[in-house]
Amino acid sequence: MEAINILQGVAVPLKRSNVDTDQIIPAVYLKRVTKTGFDDALFAGWRNDPEFVLNQPAFQNPRILVAGPDFGTGSSREHAVWALRDFGFQVVLSARFGDIFRGNSGKQGLLTGLVEEAEIERIWAAIDAQPGIEMTVDLTAKTAVIGDLTVSFEIDDYTRWRLLEGLDDIGLTLRDEAAITEFESRRESWRPRTLPVK
Amino acid sequence: MDTASARPRTLAEKVWDDHLVVKGENGNPDLIYIDLHLVHEVTSPQAFDGLRAEGRPLRRLDLTIATEDHNTPTLAIDQPIADLTSRTQIQTLRNNAKEFGVRLHSLGDLEQGIVHVVGPQLGLTMPGITVVCGDSHTSTHGAFGAMAFGIGTSEVEHVMATQTLPLKPFKTMAITVEGTLKPGVTAKDIILAVIAKIGTGGGQGYVLEYRGSAIRSLSMEGRMTICNMSIEAGARAGMVAPDQITFDYLEGRPHAPAGQDWDDAIAYWKTLPTDEGAVFDAEVFLDADELEPFVTWGTNPGQGVSLSDVVPDPAAILDPNERSAAERALEYMDLKAGTPLKEIPVDAVFMGSCTNSRIEDLRTFAEIIKGQKKAEGVRVMVVPGSARVRIEAEAEGIDKIVEEFGAEWRFAGCSMCLGMNPDQLAPGERCASTSNRNFEGRQGKGGRTHLVSPVVAAATAIRGRLSSVSDLKQPAHARYTVGV
Repeated sequence: MEAINILQGVAVPLKRSNVDTDQIIPAVYLKRVTKTGFDDALFAGWRNDPEFVLNQPAFQNPRILVAGPDFGTGSSREHAVWALRDFGFQVVLSARFGDIFRGNSGKQGLLTGLVEEAEIERIWAAIDAQPGIEMTVDLTAKTAVIGDLTVSFEIDDYTRWRLLEGLDDIGLTLRDEAAITEFESRRESWRPRTLPVK
Repeated sequence: MDTASARPRTLAEKVWDDHLVVKGENGNPDLIYIDLHLVHEVTSPQAFDGLRAEGRPLRRLDLTIATEDHNTPTLAIDQPIADLTSRTQIQTLRNNAKEFGVRLHSLGDLEQGIVHVVGPQLGLTMPGITVVCGDSHTSTHGAFGAMAFGIGTSEVEHVMATQTLPLKPFKTMAITVEGTLKPGVTAKDIILAVIAKIGTGGGQGYVLEYRGSAIRSLSMEGRMTICNMSIEAGARAGMVAPDQITFDYLEGRPHAPAGQDWDDAIAYWKTLPTDEGAVFDAEVFLDADELEPFVTWGTNPGQGVSLSDVVPDPAAILDPNERSAAERALEYMDLKAGTPLKEIPVDAVFMGSCTNSRIEDLRTFAEIIKGQKKAEGVRVMVVPGSARVRIEAEAEGIDKIVEEFGAEWRFAGCSMCLGMNPDQLAPGERCASTSNRNFEGRQGKGGRTHLVSPVVAAATAIRGRLSSVSDLKQPAHARYTVGV
């Protein structure tokens, strides 16, 4: 995973609540067996609507999504993160995220910042005043700056550290290999096994 | 294992503590051991690719099992899968399973079916274990007193490589449901009412523990229906403390412990229920006596009301975000505020999904439709959760009842819950569905979903409009009281 710190780009307002992962990427696009190339599938149900925000000329090549509350609820599909990433998004700000979506984002280098709902409204107002305006997101300082407006966002320290360092989870866990093996040695025999014991 | 802690603990805390490989210090997550990893074709190919790229083996093949469910057709399963991308995805799972040595139940196999039906049916799901799967409805398995939750593909790869996950402890929420359900009111109505009460984000960060007399009286199938939809309230997991009903369900199943292991397991499982005096981070109460059959009117599972109610008026909703969501939902659903829900006609009824496709669900549905004919012009599809459920149902004559009713009796899979296979709604079609998500386009682009119980699905299939059994002229067979 690539280390990230300061991210800058066009901020897009997504003025809807409860944008579940089925809306981010409908199930028909989940049949692919690759991990890239999902940009065409992002918000597929809405992309044909000329009014949809990503079809507005001001919001081409966006980097930061500023969404209504409960973004990424529902299905566990990590494809939702891949689709956002493949489209070019590096940051999503919202007042609330679906837990699984947020966890998936942290593992794929997509920064998800929690911002109070009132602050989201202020960011939307700033974008409405100047569509296409860029935002600067500073992961170290946990701030997002747009025009004269500076808002703080929340992200847990562990995820932040991993994003700043670009660390791979599996590599980190395998440092505890001895502890895992020790745990396995005292696992009770009644616990489930899918294959006969060799 | 440390079960003799002095501090009173909840069920969830006990299971967590007993899977702690490394305690996280300074805000770092705990490293949690995973007892059972369920795999299916949709969220696994990129995880296997990751292992291959790093040259890593799958650490514990004996704790891993795969099945084909999301893409599988429910007709003509002996033919090659017509949709080439679906066929490729399933073939990819078969290739990966063979290469890595994963036990796989393929289409046509006796144990094939929806991953969350297969695990419990084999006796692999049991109290006090941790279960993960790249599917958010993994919460289903919490019905046994297991800690079970959905994960993304990066985490699937992580579990394959290490049999662990780094996780921050969840908060705990008690959902206490006291009282007795009225006839025709089921587990599905309980969970739809819970979600309507706490909202689709109400459970975020929590493990829900369902408690109280109404939960205790439910069968395992009913408990699975409730835990299944915990994710619809935003919670990663839902749990029910194990009891004699749990033990009776498990005993004798192919992978349930036997002999001394069974005795040891029972002794441990009996220590799991939440201790007297344990403190939950949040508590919610629901009165089962007052509960009516529930139905959703909108495009998220929290947008539900009693079936005897009317479509709500968005203008009466104070929160501006919720109001605009309701307005958008009514537009998508083509509904007008004030319309009695029972006047809404449907084009289709879907009886199936990991929420309601077990043998008890099918029995309930069959008892209500027995000897009747479906409403004219309504497409009714009945999809068993697994090949074994299908066989069991056929042995009881349920397939005949379904076919005489004029409904379609299908092969097992996720089917029209998410329409990754050909089972989809056409644009504008309206469906009463026993599944778990009424999101825009979930059952097919432009499709409109009303989430209901198997009881309401059956009554609706008979009348062609959203209906409860009390609306039927002859509510003849009445075993559908609780547990569904």
